[in-house]
Amino acid sequence: MSRAGDPDRLEVRVKRKSYRNAAGGRVDVLGDISFSVARGEVAALIGPSGCGKTTLLRIVVGLDADFEGVVQLPAYGTLGVVFQEPRLLPWRTVEQNVRLAAPQASDAVLDALFGVLGLGEHRRHYPGELSVGLARRVALARAFAVDPELLVLDEPFVSLDGELATRLRAELAELVTRRPVTTLLVSHDVDEVIGLADRVFLLSGKPAQVVADVPIQNPRSVRTADEVAAIRDALMQSRAVQSV
Amino acid sequence: MNVALRLASITLLLALWFAGAQLAGPRLLPTPQAVVLAIVTEARSGALAFNLGVTLSRVVAAFSIAMLLGTLLGLAMGRYRTADRIGDPWLVLLLNLPALVIIVLAYIWAGLTETAALAAVVLNKLPLAIVTVREGARALDRNLDEMAAVFGMSRWKRFRHVVLPQLAPYLAAASRSGLSLVWKIVLIVELLGRPNGVGFEIGTAFQLFDVTKILAYALAFVAVMLAIEIFAVQPFERYVSRWRPRPA
Repeated sequence: MSRAGDPDRLEVRVKRKSYRNAAGGRVDVLGDISFSVARGEVAALIGPSGCGKTTLLRIVVGLDADFEGVVQLPAYGTLGVVFQEPRLLPWRTVEQNVRLAAPQASDAVLDALFGVLGLGEHRRHYPGELSVGLARRVALARAFAVDPELLVLDEPFVSLDGELATRLRAELAELVTRRPVTTLLVSHDVDEVIGLADRVFLLSGKPAQVVADVPIQNPRSVRTADEVAAIRDALMQSRAVQSV
Repeated sequence: MNVALRLASITLLLALWFAGAQLAGPRLLPTPQAVVLAIVTEARSGALAFNLGVTLSRVVAAFSIAMLLGTLLGLAMGRYRTADRIGDPWLVLLLNLPALVIIVLAYIWAGLTETAALAAVVLNKLPLAIVTVREGARALDRNLDEMAAVFGMSRWKRFRHVVLPQLAPYLAAASRSGLSLVWKIVLIVELLGRPNGVGFEIGTAFQLFDVTKILAYALAFVAVMLAIEIFAVQPFERYVSRWRPRPA
């Protein structure tokens, strides 16, 4: 199999993903979805709830092989994944959870990560002793500690209160700025991704297809409030067009 | 308060025993003192330590083999449908075969040997261990499995850090019920076909109608098992559940 283009890109070419329902009929979850994410780029997938975003992510990270199409991970394919739920091992401490996923991470790297995410004093705590917000930070720390070629986040801030979500988003932005990593972020919330993404793919309802590809030119750090508002309007518009 | 209640309960048991001994007479039910005296006599001659040691080593050997095999087979049957389909009829057969039948057949087929004795005990305990561990394997969290997969954890790491801690409560349940079952069956095995051990001594005492000796050996062995429970099983359980939040 020949590799198309830059081997450091994430290439997703899904032709179709369907399953048989209990009645024996075929249900198409994903339609023709093709996109690629350049090295170090943060791409966001936005779509209505239930359009198959999580299914698409499961295909990308290799948890679901039952689909028509090809997924080409960047170079070595080291993955850092943040699931919708933190998915921590309750019987291991915060630090053990991170180290089990990232055995090669140095103490200095972990110290820095725990520092940025405000987890320093929780290293020896068990996940059952953490709040939801803290548990999600541990999941973020774990995904970054593996020093991934591809970072995948599935609605990492869902069900958090607004203030906490904003702060975590800022922390995530800081992390991907400190060390650029090819990132695929899934969300149903336009506001959530504007401050983070370099490129936004808008998905339709089921069976999901890419209906818009919105690149965002300015780097995250220099985006002004006006620009953010403009991007927001553009996204809302294409969303409105699509649902007509 | 807790200690006082326990002491009161034990005192009540001793009082009932004492009263029963007065009613039934020393031949049917010897007094507690007589039994303690018998324990001391057996201990002085060295017979008690020898027989307890022999029985205990059989218990430990049979228990370890049964738990190890039971964990492996239960895990396989809980995780893989094919293994479950193949193993299930055997499991139903073993579960419903009376202990006595297994023991007698083992002795007939393999002779009155140590191997036959241990195999009979293992075969009695094994199906129960399998059933319990299989339940645990079926309840394994798929989300954690997926997490381990995407982070590329090795098989050993997944078993040690993801699967085993989830099985721990099931293994504890299987161990606890298993230990008491195994020692009871070891006694029958010894009674029927071994020249030593607590079961053999009780068999001899039964033929001589020596109730004192029967109680002496039974109580001494219960004490041993109680010590194992307090000094081995309970600390282990506390260790594996250390991560569970406790009420302050």
